[in-house]
Order: sequence, then C-alpha cells, then structure tokens
Amino acid sequence: MTVPALEADALGKRFGRRSWALRDCSFRLPAGRVCAVVGPNGAGKSTLLALAAGLLAPTEGTVRVLGAHPAAARSRVGFVDQDKPLYPQLTVAETLRMGADLNPGHWDADTARRVVAGGDLDPDRRIRALSGGQRTRVALALALGKRPELLLLDEPMADLDPLARHELMGLLMGEAAAHGTTVVMSSHVVAELEDSCDHLLLVGGGKIRLSGDIDDLLAAHTRVTAPAGADLAAHEVVESRTTGRQLSAVIRPSGPLPDDWRTTTPSLEDLVLSYLRNPAAPALTPAPETLEAAV
Amino acid sequence: MVDYRIDRRSGVATYVQIVQQTKQAIRLGLLVPGDKLPTAREVVEATAVNPNTVLKAYRELEREGLVEARRGLGTFVRRSLGAAPADSPLRAELEDWAARARESGLEREDVAALFTAVLETHYPEQAAHPAPAHTPQGDPS
Repeated sequence: MTVPALEADALGKRFGRRSWALRDCSFRLPAGRVCAVVGPNGAGKSTLLALAAGLLAPTEGTVRVLGAHPAAARSRVGFVDQDKPLYPQLTVAETLRMGADLNPGHWDADTARRVVAGGDLDPDRRIRALSGGQRTRVALALALGKRPELLLLDEPMADLDPLARHELMGLLMGEAAAHGTTVVMSSHVVAELEDSCDHLLLVGGGKIRLSGDIDDLLAAHTRVTAPAGADLAAHEVVESRTTGRQLSAVIRPSGPLPDDWRTTTPSLEDLVLSYLRNPAAPALTPAPETLEAAV
Repeated sequence: MVDYRIDRRSGVATYVQIVQQTKQAIRLGLLVPGDKLPTAREVVEATAVNPNTVLKAYRELEREGLVEARRGLGTFVRRSLGAAPADSPLRAELEDWAARARESGLEREDVAALFTAVLETHYPEQAAHPAPAHTPQGDPS
C-alpha cells in the first residue's frame, strides 16, 4: 500500500530529433491494482510500458517501478511485449525450462504449466509451429511463472479468440487475487477491459489524459442532457454537442446542476471515447501532492 | 455451490449481480448456513472480473449479515433467506399449478404474466425492485 507499483514524474521519451512519443507524463499507480492502459494506436502506450519495463531509457523525467529504478526492479517485473518474442527453435517444454533457469529461486513451475495446459499445447511442439494465440499463452506462462509483483502486458489479448481471451483474463485475475499482483495491460478495446480493471491510464497524443481508480473517474464525470444554449461555463467540459433543441455533454461538474438537466453517470467506454474525440479536453490526473495524501 | 454468471449488458453493476445471485442461491436453498462461498480467486478465474469486485460483493453480503468471513478459512453463509427452499411444499404446489397451466394450453408468456400479476397484488412494494439479471439455475428469461 505504501510503495506505488509504478510512478512517473514528468516522464518523456523522444525518438529521433523531435518526435516525442510521450511527454510530461506524471501519474502514480498504487500496488495491487489491475490497470488498463487505453488509447488509440500510436498514442504512446507501448512506449510507456517499455519505459516501465526498463527496456527504454527516458529522455526526460523519471519512472520508478516498485520504488526502484526500472533496471533494478527487473527481477520483480514480468513483461509481455506486443510481439511476444520467444526463441522459435525451442519447444514449449524447453521454453519453460529456460524460464526456470532464468529465474532461479522464484520460478513457479505449476503456474507456468497450468497456463500452457489450458491451451492444449503439446510440450514438444516448437515455438515456430505455434499460432499467434498459442504463442501468447507461452509468453504469459513465462511471465507468470516468474511470480512477478508487477505484470506489464502490451496488448496481451490482441491475437486471441474470445474463449481464450476470457480464460486467460480469468487466469490473470486469479493471479491478482491470490498474490496481490499488480497488473498493467494495454489495449485499444475498452470494452474488453471494463470488468477486469479497476484503474485507468488513458493515453492520447503522448500525454496522460485520465489517470485514477475507475470508480473515482466515473464519479467525477456526469453526462448531462439540457436545453440547447444551456450555460456550461462553470464546469469543466469534456465534450458538448447540440442537436436541435437539445444539448448533450460530458462534464466534470464544479457544483450543483440545474434541476431541469437530466444527468447520468457515463460508462467507462463512453468516458474514454468522449476524451478521445476531444483532444483539447482538460486532462484529469490527480496532482502528485493529492496522491501523496491519498496513499 | 453457486456459479456466478455476469451479464455485462444488463446495466446492473457487476458486484450487485454477484450479491443478487448469492441471495437467490440462499433463497432457493442451494446455499445453506455453514456453506462456504467460492473464494475470490475461484470466482475471478471463472468470470474474469476484477478481484476487488468480488470482495466488494462479499463485503456487502457480510454487512447485510448473510455471510461471515472467517480469517484464513473463507466466507461462509450465516443464515437463510425467505422460507421457500427448493424442495418446500410451496414449491411442489407451484409445480403442480404450472403443470396444470401448461395442460390447459397456456403459453410460457401467459403463465409469466399471470404469475407476475398475482405477485404484484400480494407484494405490491416488491414490484419496483429490479429482478436479478440471472437466476443461478434454469432459464433466466
């Protein structure tokens, strides 16, 4: 509860001379959360995860992982890259043996075997002969077998069919329940994360647009339907559209709203989409000081 | 044992669905006092929902006095709900009645409408409550 799983302060990464993949990112992810990193393609999700995994060095700012420098935390962190890099010439069984050799003293062979077994994988098959989904399974088995405190997954479910997706998500949730593992997973499909995640990082245009516990973020926003021309100036407006005589908006209310406005709490997908449609909407990321107080 | 089924499109919060389905199982006598609820791990592995969602549901059930958490052992049912276990004489009468309704040619919707109308006459205040998204057994429709 005390040391955050992930903490970024003015974090930025530039590729080449002037193309910033991420800039001025500050957030804090408390330990034990299941965090969704959401954003459109090219938003900076993969860069953020690679920085956290210690595979990239920041151009500016800092990122701390389990209270340490990413390189120093590496043995406590599991990372599954989007491309699931594995040795194609090894068999499934050999790959797991390699996992055991690389993680002496904290290799959980049972978990690794269970993840692989769920996919009806022949241990003697070579990695190169596996389908994309089967390869994901092996990569997850390697990452979970390491018994990490923090699991970083970049688009983990992208090449899985719905059944395998549900099953592997269940397995991840089981690990989180049993060991308090912090899980961070990126996706551009919000709906598939809604039930599994309790924390959100919304990345867009290289910035953090939203960060916080999902329940808090939803509670901070209201979808309002009001007569056209209603004055929203007192509130933070994420999105507002007028159709005929009616105005529909997503706002962060800064006080009580008039009685004749209809209000509902947006769904997570609704909220994320309203931010993505409106790149100029003010970001909501709790200031580090308030975070300090909340932990 | 209770097998939770989460319906994401029901509009009912996931933890509320777990609370409702647990109560339904207790009401039907599928869970009786002393029975152990599945562990959070078992529930999340089967449903892929967030562990905190399950814990929130169990806390709510505990707050209502229906279950109790015993440290290191699990969560156990404390008391029963209602007076209509799955094998009660009332159920047998209802079975009888449903069989007669079917013999007399009533369609499924006719029976449901009739039952709901009678239910609302005798339990007017319950009518406004949302029904559970799924019952833990049988056809939810």
